[in-house]
This record gives sequence, C-alpha cells and structure tokens, in this order.
Amino acid sequence: MTGQKGLQIEELSIRADGRDLLRSVSLEVRPGEILGIIGPAGSGKTTLLRCLNRLADLDEGLRISGRVFLNGASILGRDADVVGIRRKIGLVFPVPTPLPLSIFDNLAFGPRIGGITAVEELRRMMESSLKSAYLWEEVNDRLNEPAANLSGGQQQRLCLARTLMLEPEILLLDEPCSGLDPISTAQIEEALKVLRKDMAIVLVTNNVKQASRVADKTAFLLLGELVEFAPTRELFTTPRDKRTEDYITGRFG
Amino acid sequence: MNRPKTMTRSRFAEGAVEWLIRASAFSAIVGLFLIFIFIGKEALPILTSPDVRKEANISKLFLPQDQAHPYSWQPVSEIPKYSILPLFVGTLKMTLVAVLFAIPLALGAALFTSEFSPGWLKEFIKPIIELLAGIPSVVLGFFALMVMASYVQELFGIVYRLNAINAGIALGLAVIPIVYTVADDALTSVPKSYREASMAMGASPWQTAWRVVFPAALPGILAACVLGFGRAIGETMIVLMASGNAAIMSWNLAKPARSLSATIAAELGEVVVGSAHYHVLFFIGISLFIFTFVLNMFAHWFVARLQKKVLGTI
Ligand SMILES: Nc1ncnc2c1ncn2[C@@H]1O[C@H](COP(=O)(O)OP(=O)(O)OP(=O)(O)O)[C@@H](O)[C@H]1O
Ligand SMILES: [Mg+2]
Repeated sequence: MTGQKGLQIEELSIRADGRDLLRSVSLEVRPGEILGIIGPAGSGKTTLLRCLNRLADLDEGLRISGRVFLNGASILGRDADVVGIRRKIGLVFPVPTPLPLSIFDNLAFGPRIGGITAVEELRRMMESSLKSAYLWEEVNDRLNEPAANLSGGQQQRLCLARTLMLEPEILLLDEPCSGLDPISTAQIEEALKVLRKDMAIVLVTNNVKQASRVADKTAFLLLGELVEFAPTRELFTTPRDKRTEDYITGRFG
Repeated sequence: MNRPKTMTRSRFAEGAVEWLIRASAFSAIVGLFLIFIFIGKEALPILTSPDVRKEANISKLFLPQDQAHPYSWQPVSEIPKYSILPLFVGTLKMTLVAVLFAIPLALGAALFTSEFSPGWLKEFIKPIIELLAGIPSVVLGFFALMVMASYVQELFGIVYRLNAINAGIALGLAVIPIVYTVADDALTSVPKSYREASMAMGASPWQTAWRVVFPAALPGILAACVLGFGRAIGETMIVLMASGNAAIMSWNLAKPARSLSATIAAELGEVVVGSAHYHVLFFIGISLFIFTFVLNMFAHWFVARLQKKVLGTI
C-alpha cells in the first residue's frame, strides 16, 4: 500500500516466448496529469496498456512480473477484481472499434453491463460523455443509427465517449489519432486537455509532436526498455539520453 | 515491345475465366429450373387432366372426405385415397422435433467451442461433430430403428416403438453437424476487436458472448438454422426407417408418422407410370420443392435485412 492517488507502475516486466517485451518499467501518473508514451513500433507501448487494464489476460503466453497500483491497491494479482479494474481503467484502441449496434447502444453498453438501465440516466450520461468527446453536435439527433454509419474520426470519438461512459479514473489511449485527419486529431487533443481535470490519462502516440503538445510528462520506450521519463518540456528541450534526442529529432535508426 | 502482347493475352485469359465462372453459376440455375419444370410437368395433371382429377384433385388431396376417415392416405386400396394432409403433418412434426432437439444443442456447442473452450478442446470436439455429418443417413436410420427406438420408447413411456419422437431425434443427429459447422464459422468470424472492446468495458466472457458475439453472428446463425431445417424437411432415409410410416392425421408425437419424402421414396418405385397415384407423388415432390424454396428465399431476405440493421448501411 502506497496510499497514493492515480496509477503507479513499479518494475513491470513482461516476457513472451523467452523475449522481453517490457523490461523493468517504472512509471507514475496522477489525476490531473497526461502521461505521454512515445517510442518506435514494437517497443511495447500497446503491451503495456493492455497489461494495465488486464486485457492482457486474454493473450496467451505472457509472463508478467512487477507491481501496478491503482490508488494504492495492487491490480495485477490473481484475486484482483478484473471487471472492476477494467471499468476504472478505460482503454481506447488505436482503430475505432464500434460494436455492431446503434450509437445509443454502443454508449449504453458499459453502464448497462454495470447495472444502469434507466433511459433517462443513460441519456444524461451520454450527453456529457459525447460533449466531452466533442461529438455531441454531430450525433445528438441520430443516436439510433448504426454506429458503423459514422465516419472513422467520428467513430473514434464515439469510442472515446463510450469509454467515458464508464466514468473511469484512469484513461488509457493507444494511438487514438493514428488514422485521423488533423481536425479530428485536434478535437481529440482538446477533449483530453479538458478531461485531464477529472482523471489521469495515459496517451500512447506515434506522433512525437502530439506528446509535446498535450502531455505533462513523457516516457520514451525503446524495445521494452524505459529510456527516459521526465516532464515533457524537460524531455523535449534537454533530453538526458542520446537515444531520446535522436528519436525526438527524427534522426533515429 | 512484347509488353502489349502479354497484356492482351492476360486480358484474354481473364475474360475466359470470367466467362467460365459465369457459365458454371448459370448452369446451376438452369439445372434447378429444369428440375422444377420436370417435376412440375408430372404434377400438373392433378390440375388439368380430367381422368386424373376424377381420382385425385386438390380438394381430395387437402379437404376432409368421408365421416369415418376424413384424411386417409391409401393409394393402393380398392378405392384409393390420396389425402396428403397426414403426410404434411407427419413431416412437420418430425421436423419440429428434430429442430427443437438439434438447434439448441448445435448452437450451444458452437458457442462453447468458439467462445469458451480452450484451443485443444475445440480441436477435439469440432472434428467429432463434423464426423457425424459423414455418417450415411441409412446408417443413422438403422441405428434409430434397431437401437435407439427401444430407449426412446422406454424413456418417454410410449406405446408405439417407432414414432415421431424417435424419428425426430434421429433426424436431429443428421441436423446437428450442419447447424454446428455453419454457426461455428459465423461465430469465429466475428472480429476479435468486438470481443476486446466489450471486455475492455468490463463485460464478462458470458456477457460478451451473449450481448456482442451472438448478435453480431446472428445472420450466419439464422442461415445455419435454415440449412438445418431444410435438411430435416427433405431427409428421407432416416424417417423412412425410424418413424413407423403410418399416415396418421395427428399431432401426437408419440404416434407413428409418415413423411412426404419417405412416401415418395417408398412408393415411386412401384407405382404405375401415368396413374393418378404417380401424379400425386410428383405433386408431393413439387410441394416440397416449393416449400423449401420459399423458406430459403424468405430466410435470405430476412438475413439480408438483419445484416443491414446490425452492420449499418455500408
Ligand atoms: N501476446 C504476445 N506474444 C508474443 N509477443 C507479443 C505479444 N504481444 C506483443 N508481442 C510483441 O511485443 C512487441 C511489442 O509489441 P507492441 O504491440 O506492444 O508494440 P507497440 O509499441 O505498441 O508498437 P506500435 O507502435 O507498432 O503499435 C512486438 O515485438 C510484438 O511482436
Ligand atoms: Mg501499438
């Protein structure tokens, strides 16, 4: 028990097939902060996020060691409440993953699973989630349409809103803007800056500039190793490691 | 310089292949159409030929006749009787038993192997169920007649050893692998991203299976059920052997039953070509044909509608 708010990751290692996917990574993010995670393809960013909300349980053959605490309580143990953890630590995937349901049913999915079925209440939650995701204007009069009818950028914001319906304490985003145009990207970034007030956010991104724009602190992962973890401004202006400097200036490889 | 030449050659090959594919698709339709014409032609005298209509016409086939025995199928008695309603009833009640028995089992098994079982268990179960599809129906019929009937009779405390329940269950054994295979395909082809999105919102595997995977696979699952239904309605050998074959106008499942298909199989070999009986058998054939055709069309339409509703307009 550390008794702290937010998410603490201590010496987290993940192995698969005798290979290290993550090597003793220690990170921390508190409510009110955005933690940016950057790193080239295959450096273990997705693996880390999936481990944090226990979705990695679905992958066979992963060996996880280390400690992760949510508000001071361990979340990696066998006896941890996995369903509760997944609801408190929401995850948005790199590609939009609308369920084959209406927009309304997509948004209501999480709350309904959790036992909230009153339409009035669902609508109220929906309005605030959709507004937070900058999607309310575009969909408030077409909630009963299939979610698949939305554009890619709208779908991704819907997935963000859907995760917000869970009222998570930690929001994990895995390259949420990878397939989006600059306008949708800007909308999501705006949304995150506001959402930060209510929760801790972990933003994995391929786009170094995005991390510098929105993250309070940034971690640089390289082939499973945490190379550098510092306040964003510090990491971008005075990187301590040569590899970090090479990566953020685009001279990598 | 020889680039244009290969271009034209490959374009020609492409055209030939396309033409071949079109021809083979078309030949299937032509074949179906010719079968329909042939059976229809032999059934038509029921409506048109005065000689045949004296013995067998639509009202004799479907409406109650004399007081004592309103619906009898006695095509070779002194005064032949051709009421085909008992045959319809027999077919429907055996199909119903088969479907009620087979579909829940097959769908349950498909849901289990696609969502819950570990990989090795699926590798064990799937081939076994699919092996069931390879058993010739005459073997299933023989098994139902010689072995299963006694157990079914005892289990349900039935008077008649051969009855609609017995035949229906045997029929179900032939239906299970069809429904299972198609449903399992439909379930496993539901994108992994749906499952992960659902689980990431805190749904349990059960909730994910029931609320996300099953509805997403529903078009395919309905197609599986329709295929199973079609197989049950048309299957001949199993019902011929296991049902007792008495044409009784009764919905009682514990009584013997006679199906449309078994009637054709049993009687067409000995019927006098051109007799009223002969034409009635073809009329039964065309009825089965039209019934399954309409059922398939309807199912197709329904599935397409459902797909549009589930997956959106694109
Ligand atoms: N279940 C698994 N079993 C074995 N190896 C895995 C598993 N999951 C991920 N990996 C490996 O872990 C490494 C890191 O993958 P990960 O998806 O976390 O990278 P990433 O940083 O998200 O990359 P990208 O930027 O391309 O999304 C890859 O080499 C991948 O092949
Ligand atoms: Mg990734």
